[in-house]
Amino acid sequence: MADTEIREGYLYTKDHEWIGAETPRRVGITAYAVEQLGDITMVDLKVKVGERIEAGQAFGVVESVKSVSDLYAPVSGVVAAINGELDARPELVNEDPYGQAWMISLQPDREPTDLMDAEAYRAFLRTL
Amino acid sequence: MTTPGLRRTSLFDEHKALGGRLVPFAGWEMPIQYTGITEEHRAVRSAAGLFDVSHMGELELTGEHAGAVVDYLVTNDAKRLMDGQAMYTCCLNERGTILDDLIVYRKEAQRWLVVCNASNREKIRAHFEQACQHHCDFRDLSDETALIALQGPSAAEILSLAGDEAAACTGLRSFQFRDAKVGGVLVTAARTGYTGEDGFELFCRWADAPQVWRTLLELGRDRGLVPVGLGARDTLRLEARLSLYGNEIDETTDPFEAGLGWVVKMEKGDFVGRSALKAIQARGPVRRLVGFEMTGRGIARHGYPLKDAQGQVVGVCTSGGPGLTVGKNIGLGYLPVAMTAIGTPFLVDCRGKEVEAVVVQVPFYRRGR
Repeated sequence: MADTEIREGYLYTKDHEWIGAETPRRVGITAYAVEQLGDITMVDLKVKVGERIEAGQAFGVVESVKSVSDLYAPVSGVVAAINGELDARPELVNEDPYGQAWMISLQPDREPTDLMDAEAYRAFLRTL
Repeated sequence: MTTPGLRRTSLFDEHKALGGRLVPFAGWEMPIQYTGITEEHRAVRSAAGLFDVSHMGELELTGEHAGAVVDYLVTNDAKRLMDGQAMYTCCLNERGTILDDLIVYRKEAQRWLVVCNASNREKIRAHFEQACQHHCDFRDLSDETALIALQGPSAAEILSLAGDEAAACTGLRSFQFRDAKVGGVLVTAARTGYTGEDGFELFCRWADAPQVWRTLLELGRDRGLVPVGLGARDTLRLEARLSLYGNEIDETTDPFEAGLGWVVKMEKGDFVGRSALKAIQARGPVRRLVGFEMTGRGIARHGYPLKDAQGQVVGVCTSGGPGLTVGKNIGLGYLPVAMTAIGTPFLVDCRGKEVEAVVVQVPFYRRGR
């Protein structure tokens, strides 16, 4: 776990999602999550641009060879964009989870206060 | 991190050293993958893979009536086996449903080996041990027997590098077996497997397994041999349409509906479950296991409901996932007989989303000759 990549400046959830620093905030899953899931074969995003979602709401699923996992919104807000590239290239999640494999971007209702920063997330991973 | 109560095979340290990710499986701590399921799957289809399947159960029956006891407990005809020959079979209860699927080996007329699934070991041991009473000797060899599978188009070439005796194993036909030496260790090599590829399964003493494992990995290094975990074992067997106990078959399924009628020999003489199967035959099939491809965007998984065009639940997916060689999302499942013709469209309920699928010919993958 010590060598898993964690991006400085991003915020993290206990479900291993990240949100980016710039607004609208991009949302994706962490390198740790990707390591646990293995080869990603499909990303199915169930929300549309302009739709409101609440923190904790499932906005899609990510399927690996062996398993299916829900994606949860880290904050409440309005969906600003969806990464359509992942339809055709789900393997981007394995290759670049913090970059090209962002999944949606959100215009949050307010600045998030209850998420972990990189240091806190690193400490959290050590407890798993 | 360790999970208490889980058993480890004698290859545990090898798996760790190779970077295997160990997970609980049927009471054992087994490698699910080393470098990645997709990569391992492709290696087995294009070159070769090495699997630790030491968790499986090995039971030995010896004595004058050992063959007759085996024959009475299984659906396939053990009487047709010669020394050095094995067969795949079902083992049924009196209701005619499946206790386990087995490979039965005739070592000699009075010495038989039965290999069962790890998840069914206690049940099958009790079943066989009881049947042996007063008829033949019974031993559970599972704790002293390791099992390593070498699978893939390069398997025979790699095994033949282990010496003259090992090279002689490449003359074995499907389901034949013989003794050989690999890395100085005595093994019994059978031309069997669970991947849809050519290959061998090698039995050896528990403590000898690391020596066999390392020898083969070393010999196969330049020929594309890689260690393969249970994850790819599952994706490989699914493409080859091989049943997994607990998914396609269990004590609620009979061999006919599961597509295993070919290992049921009704005319061979009496066996456990035969009278129930006669009644099942007389009644006629209600449902049948089919292979399907997803035509819509979704991946079927074990337990997902299968629906007809009106949205009525009519069946269940027993196994599903990406077919890594065939390049489609595939699955197996039970459907009513009227919906089992090739080309029949239906829906898979993927966590609340109905996705289109179609019944296709199986196996999804067949190796070239």
